[in-house]
Amino acid sequence: MSAGVELDHVTVRFGDFTAVSGATLDIKGGEFFSFLGPSGCGKTTILRTVSGFLEPSEGKVRIGGKDMAGIGPNRRPTALIFQNLALFPLMTVAENITYGLRVRGIDKDMRAKKADELLELIALPGQGNKQMSELSGGQKQRVAIARALAVQPQVLLLDEPLSALDLKLRQHMRNELRIIQRMVGITFIYITHDQGEALTMSDRIAVMSDGVIQQVADGKTIYDEPATAFVASFVGENNPFAGTVAQADGSSALIETKFGRLRGRNPRGLRAGDKAILFVRPESIRLGAGATDTTLSSAVKSVAFEGNMTHVYLEGVGKKNITISVGRQGTTSIPEQGQVAAISYDAALGLALPEGQLARE
Amino acid sequence: MNSRLIVLVVPFIVIAIFWLMARREAKLSHDPTHKGYFERNGMTLGILFIALVALWTLFLVVLPYLYMVVESFHPQLPPSKRGGPEDVLTLAQYQSFFVQPVGGGLNVTHIGAFVFSIIASIAVTALNFAICYPLAFYMAQSGGAQKVRLLMLALIVPYWVNEILRAFSLRLLLASKGLINQMLMGFGFTDAPIDFLGANVGLYVGLSYAYLLIMVFPLYNAIESLDKNQIEAARDLGAPWWRIHKDVVIPYAKPGIASGCTMVFMLSAGSLAAPQFLGGPRTLWFTSVIYNFFFQNFNWARGSAYAFILLAACIALVMLMLRLFKVSLGETIK
Ligand SMILES: Nc1ncnc2c1ncn2[C@@H]1O[C@H](COP(=O)(O)OP(=O)(O)O)[C@@H](O)[C@H]1O
Ligand SMILES: [Mg+2]
Repeated sequence: MSAGVELDHVTVRFGDFTAVSGATLDIKGGEFFSFLGPSGCGKTTILRTVSGFLEPSEGKVRIGGKDMAGIGPNRRPTALIFQNLALFPLMTVAENITYGLRVRGIDKDMRAKKADELLELIALPGQGNKQMSELSGGQKQRVAIARALAVQPQVLLLDEPLSALDLKLRQHMRNELRIIQRMVGITFIYITHDQGEALTMSDRIAVMSDGVIQQVADGKTIYDEPATAFVASFVGENNPFAGTVAQADGSSALIETKFGRLRGRNPRGLRAGDKAILFVRPESIRLGAGATDTTLSSAVKSVAFEGNMTHVYLEGVGKKNITISVGRQGTTSIPEQGQVAAISYDAALGLALPEGQLARE
Repeated sequence: MNSRLIVLVVPFIVIAIFWLMARREAKLSHDPTHKGYFERNGMTLGILFIALVALWTLFLVVLPYLYMVVESFHPQLPPSKRGGPEDVLTLAQYQSFFVQPVGGGLNVTHIGAFVFSIIASIAVTALNFAICYPLAFYMAQSGGAQKVRLLMLALIVPYWVNEILRAFSLRLLLASKGLINQMLMGFGFTDAPIDFLGANVGLYVGLSYAYLLIMVFPLYNAIESLDKNQIEAARDLGAPWWRIHKDVVIPYAKPGIASGCTMVFMLSAGSLAAPQFLGGPRTLWFTSVIYNFFFQNFNWARGSAYAFILLAACIALVMLMLRLFKVSLGETIK
């Protein structure tokens, strides 16, 4: 069984400090939902509020439509997988997995059966009697998942569970988590600062910054239609051109930047005179001039050849570079270092957004 | 040969055996890059170091105890007869604990005092643990840093007051005309004063209090290193608070618990002042019996025999407990 999770204007404060402010979300039952944001933005705080370790200072958390106020973590239909896993080192693998059943007073035979079932699910059959110290990082990871699934939660909460693993294992576990989620069919709420993880696994993603939810959408929308300057700069590579809106209509805006007037789409309804940032992704820029309002030129600082791609870095504003990623199909020759090069993009691939905080590099 | 001389020789023999073993070890697993002790320090300095350490341990640690062991196997004799024909090895002092030397009946008084001391020490240890565990858990896991520092201070400062003052102030509190009885009678809970001291309440409270810190710190150390997430994980999986302690905290803190309990038990069983000042009039603590042999009867032989009986019993009991709770001795001193 799975249950949806609703956050209704949830604000969490620690003293004077607001860690989460006004989070409003509706996570559907059975959804793989991710919170994505840089470290310290309040992701763990949200998860702890859903699991019941924290009470919201304001607002409500509802699970399966039921208000969770005053219900402790041991009585919520959620299970949490901790950032450091928090497996019990003095218990065996099977004892760890069935601990939640033991405290529910389920008898030994039943527990053994359930342990075997779950060990099968996490591809560790017959290893129930091992000590935790005998397992590798990836295996511990899976035991933590099994321990949480054993209590048949309606919502599984995962706090950066893959961050301790090496890259290869991490990519493997992404698939595995997705498969497990489809198999058990419950709601997964997944927390990560790694956009790759969020984009590959999730049905929907909430991008967070400084305790504020910036955008909630599926991965493709987050990448192609970022709603704020923060999302545009945090998810994927992007080149920001800050400036003031010179002309605007319903569909596009012309922005006065350090590199001249540049055009982009205008989904947020900017008006002439507004402060704005035009974003163009490195893979959307090509070498060579195009239409006047989508062409700019700058000195080449360096060129990095990366096999399938060549990255060209041009002088930007201040210390920031303009990055272009050129594929191999193009016949255009790569300019030399120091040369001033003209570059251009399709107006449809430029995106004008209201001025806002950018993600730190 | 005089047995007291043997005692002097024994340590040297032991040292020699160890030295030979070390030599053999060094020969068997010879490591050419490893510089020997004498190579590193030079012959003169090396010998000097060893001699100093050896003298220290020999005269201040090993010999006094060995001397007491030997003494306990001798009869009590006036100085003039020591070393004479009557000065033979004997088990009489140990026997006298069980069977009265005069009359031959079972030595009920001393066996009683012994059993009482052991049981009371176990009770004190249990009481102490019951007080200290919640305290240590609070300090290690849930208290804010500021409050914990204050609590720590409140625990330590009373120990600046000397033991006699502490004991007698406790007496004042518990005496039949003491503060507690006055209050109980004032509020009408009882008509006659309750004999706290006669019921050894003072003894238990005093001993528990005296060794509070000795219990708190090992517990605190053990619980402090427990990852908070483990407690939360157990809670998240549905465990009520008492199960979290039973399944997660106590198993983790077991070495610390064993260490604290062992020390409190040993110290209580061997304590002298608190039982004398706070015990009821009919209470005889075993260490008082030993004390009297040494300082009132000048019977060192029997006193030391009794002391070793107590020591052996305590060690045996502690070992049994460690075995029972599956803690190794090494873990308790980590
Ligand atoms: N118990 C707490 N007391 C005070 N501040 C906290 C507490 N927990 C978290 N914070 C603060 O709240 C912010 C968000 O923390 P967290 O939710 O852990 O971030 P994330 O998981 O996104 O890295 C951080 O600035 C952190 O310092
Ligand atoms: Mg976190």
